[in-house]
Order: sequence, then C-alpha cells, then structure tokens
Amino acid sequence: MDRSASHDQRSRVIRRAGLFLVALFGVALIAPILAPYQPGEAFRDFINAPPMRPHLSGLTPSFHPLVLADRLESRFETDVTRSVPSPWVSQDAATPVFLMGADDFGRDIFSRLLYGARTSLGLALVAMLGAVAIGATAGAWAGYQGGWMDDAIMRTADFVLVLPVIYVVVVLRAVLPLVLPASTVFLLVTGIFILVGWPFVAKGVRAIVAGERSREYVQAAESLGAGRWRILMVHLIPACGGHLLVQATLLLPAFILAEATLSFIGLGFPDPIASWGTMLSGAANYNSVARFPWTLAPAVAIFIVVLATNLIASPRERH
Amino acid sequence: MGRYLARRIAFACVLVFVVSSAALLLTRLAPGDFAAVEGFELNSEQREQLRARYALDQSFATQYLSWLSGAVRFDFGQSLLYSRPVGELIGERALNTAVLATAALLIATLVGVPLGIYSGTTSGIARALVKSVSTIGLSIPPLIGSLLLVFIAARTGWFPAGGMTSTAGVDVPWAQWVADLARHLPMPALALAIPLAATLEKLQSESIASASHERFVTASRARGVTVSRSILRHAWPASLRPVLGLYGLMIGSLFSGSFAVEVVTSWPGLGRLMFDALKARDLFLVMGCAAAGAFFLAAGTLVADLLLAWTDPRVTTRDRA
Repeated sequence: MDRSASHDQRSRVIRRAGLFLVALFGVALIAPILAPYQPGEAFRDFINAPPMRPHLSGLTPSFHPLVLADRLESRFETDVTRSVPSPWVSQDAATPVFLMGADDFGRDIFSRLLYGARTSLGLALVAMLGAVAIGATAGAWAGYQGGWMDDAIMRTADFVLVLPVIYVVVVLRAVLPLVLPASTVFLLVTGIFILVGWPFVAKGVRAIVAGERSREYVQAAESLGAGRWRILMVHLIPACGGHLLVQATLLLPAFILAEATLSFIGLGFPDPIASWGTMLSGAANYNSVARFPWTLAPAVAIFIVVLATNLIASPRERH
Repeated sequence: MGRYLARRIAFACVLVFVVSSAALLLTRLAPGDFAAVEGFELNSEQREQLRARYALDQSFATQYLSWLSGAVRFDFGQSLLYSRPVGELIGERALNTAVLATAALLIATLVGVPLGIYSGTTSGIARALVKSVSTIGLSIPPLIGSLLLVFIAARTGWFPAGGMTSTAGVDVPWAQWVADLARHLPMPALALAIPLAATLEKLQSESIASASHERFVTASRARGVTVSRSILRHAWPASLRPVLGLYGLMIGSLFSGSFAVEVVTSWPGLGRLMFDALKARDLFLVMGCAAAGAFFLAAGTLVADLLLAWTDPRVTTRDRA
C-alpha cells in the first residue's frame, strides 16, 4: 500500500516537473513576444538599476519610475509621486521598467533572461537530441551488427568517455576562431557537445540491443524479411526507450551547464547575444555581485532547470 | 589481476599520448600563434624574430618530434607564456587542483555518507528534510555553487572571495601559509562538494535501506545487538560497495567541476592554467595540461577501479570473461 502510494507520488512529481520543463521551453520559444525589451537594448542612465516592484493603480499594475541619484555608485531612488504602466502596455525610454533589474550595460535582465533561455535551452535541447540520435543509432548498429564495426564503435566510445570532458570542450572551442557570428557559434558548440555526448547514450543502447537481438520478436521480424534498418528503427531502438529518456534527462542539464561554462569564460556566445552563460560572466565580479545581486538571476534559472530535470531523472535511477 | 592492471596501464599510456598529440595538432591548426596573440604590438619583423626564437616557424612534424623526444625524458618543453619548464608549472598547479579536489571529496564524504546512513534507516520529517536538501544540493552544480558562494563571501565577508592565498609570491612562515590556505580553501571546496555530497547521500541512503532488510541484520537484532550498532557494524559494511564504486565516477565530475570553480574563484589550478595557456596559444603548455588532465583522470579512475576490485573480486573476473 505504502509503496504504491509513494509510487503515485513520484510519478506525479515526474509529470509536474516534465510539464514545467515543457512550459519553460515554450516560454523560451516565444521569448520575443513575452520580453518587454530587446536583449541588446541598453539604457545608459540605468546601469545596474535594481528590480522594480509593481503596485496596483486602479486595477492595472504599474510601477514607480527610477531616478538616477548617483551615477558613479549606480544609486537610484524611486519616484513615488509618478506612476508608469507596465512595459507591455506602453514604453518610454526615459522611464524603463526593469522587473529583474538591469545589468552593467543598463539592459533589462528579465528580457535577457527570456532571450537567454532561447539560446541556452535551445542549444542544450538541439545538442541533447543530436547526441541521443547519434548515440542510439551508433550503439544500436554496433549491438546488432557485432564484429569489427561493434569493436570500432565501442572502442571510440570508450575512448571519448575517459577523456576529461570539459578540457576537451574548452580545447576544441578555443582552437576555433574566437569571434564568430552567433549562428556559427551555435552550430559549432552544438557539434562539440554532440561529439562528447554520444558515447554516454551509445554504451547503454549497445548493451540493450545486444541482449534484445536474439529475442523472438526480432527473429520474427527477420524471418518476415524486414531489413536491418527497419529492425533497428522499428524494433530495437524503441526497446531502449527508458534508457534514452534517462540519458536525455542527464545530458540536458549537463549541456546547459557546459554552455554556461563556455560562455562564462568567454568561449561561447559573443556578448551582445543573451545566453545564461554570457549573462553570468558579467555578474561574476566580486565587487559588483554583492551590490547588484539581481545579476545572478541566470544562476537561479539554471538551478531551477537542473532541479526540474533531476526530479524527472532521480526516481528512475532506482530501477 | 596482473594482466588486468597491465592492460589498464597500457590503455592509460596510449590515452595520454593520443590526447597530447591531438592537443598539439589542434593548437597548431588554430588561427593565430603565440607570436600573434602575445606580440600584437610588435611589427612583423619582430614577430618573425619571436617565432624563430621559440621555434614556432618550424614544421608541425619537427615540432612534434622534438617535443616527443623531450617528453620521453620527462622534459615537456618551455612555457612561452611563463618562460618556465612546462613540467614544473603543471606539477605546481596540479598539486593545487589536487588539494582542492581532495578537500571537496573529504567534505562530500564526511557530510554525504553519514546523512545517507541516517536517511536510509529512519523515517519521518527529518528524513524528508535530508532528502529534499540533497535533491536541492544535487541541482547546484559547481559553477552555480561557486557563484553563489562568491556572492555570500562578498556580502558577509565570512571567507576570502578567491585565490589560494592572500600572500602570493611573498615568503611567509610555513605555519602562516597553511593558516592562509585554510582560510581560502573552504569556499571553492564547498562549491565542488555540494553536488557530490548529495550524490553520495542518495546512493548511501538507498544501499543501506536495502542492506538493512538483509537477514543477517535482522539476526543481529535478534541476538540483542542495539539498533545503532546493527546499522553501523552489520548493515553499513554490506552497503558500501555501490558507494565505493561511485568514487571512480566522481573523479570525472571533480575534474570538470574544478575547472568551473577554479575560473570563478581564481584558484590557481590545472584548469585555470590550461585556460590561460589556450588564450595565449602557448603550444607546449596546452599539450602538457591536456596530457596531465588525461593522465590524472586515467590514474584516478584506475585507483578507484583497483579499490573496487579489492573490495569486490568479481570486478576483475567479470572483466576477463
């Protein structure tokens, strides 16, 4: 009784965390609609402005504008005598509204967080799907085919697995030209992540496929004349579904973090592009972080995403 | 056992060789060399002189062979950036990384394992609390953890914000240096230890929960052994195997984690050294760092596997089959 109750509870947690992640990816997708400002839009008079709290004037939420009190110290005062509407309703360059404060260029952190979710989550998702697809195909091929192909693929996978991953990623990225257009960076970094990520998927898939290939349903498919690819795609890879899902939930946060680390050390996206890593690299300054803690918003965002994926992954580990 | 060991060592040698060669090749292929990056204010003639002095104008094969002939004599060349032997630099920095990683591993073990034993053998609110804290800890990767700790350090001044000592380059008495190190070490070590402690807690909790249902544990209780003694002396040793196995896997995450922590907290370790070497296109230093990274990872994994084989002889037998 107790066991099934806790099982229900777990699957409810998994479902909620999964829905949350899907919603987050949805938000990232429509970031241009949700974000009040452009990610590169800098308000020179509002460098490191603090977050502003909404209040109700009548029935619509509105904000008291900030007034620069001391430019050198980035000190601001709230002008309670005036009220401006929320930035989605109308915008005035003289009185911008920062829901999560502004960064050291006077850019709206809330908008950058949304656009950054697009870059960071999008890259991690594409890299994760790529690594899972390539890992599943290579692993299944190796497990089904056997022989020298199996040896070659699995030796390569073993080799990549024992490399110090972050060193490899940093070396590979660092030897490429540093200043590149954002779309090229996106493709390159995705490629590097897939390169180091696929063996994690391939190893498990190979083991499962090698075990499944002698089962009756595979033999039945073979005797019905199904081709190799059909057996792999229709029968064997779906048999690895659980493993693929677990790997996906492990790779996604790992890739989000790897992108953040790369951008953080200046090897990821160039600065005007908003990504959670580039935003953090602006925040990681001993002197500024204490006074402008809202610049750490992307760190909190990464924590939340990693927590959600961990909630999906951890109960499954027990089986 | 001897064959198993020999094969693992041979694999590690091949690994280090391939990694360092690949690192040299990649750095050579990369646009811009040391003379172009570091000597950007020189004119082209001076830059050529610089290239000639550091033998950067030679072909890849010549460079590679001269490095290789030195490497077998444990001479890994000179760092262009620091004008010091690469081997010496790496030894120094690798020691710093090792100090950080060991401290983190120690904290993680001392926190994670007892909490795991506790949460695996009790129930109620305290257990739920430990479980939720460890789920949260699992979601604070070293990059995020070190940023948050730097923030706390900057806000409260409880610990220094970064670096390994406050007295770099100054000759201080030995005891004072240790005290200084002890003040700087907790923050980066903690950032590295949080997710590891959470992982250890989860695994230890699960394995001791299943071990305490074993018959010999029930039997010990029936003999009148107290609850805590039957947990610590009977159930815990039986639950250790998966936990020890985890240490081998942790070395990899210690490596990638310490890279992020070193960069954020300016800890002068191997990761930071390689990062600086890459930026300056310091060929031999990059190779040395990559080789050292591969070496330490391979060596660490080997030690962990040997420990595991020592506690569970099935590991080597299974491997041979």
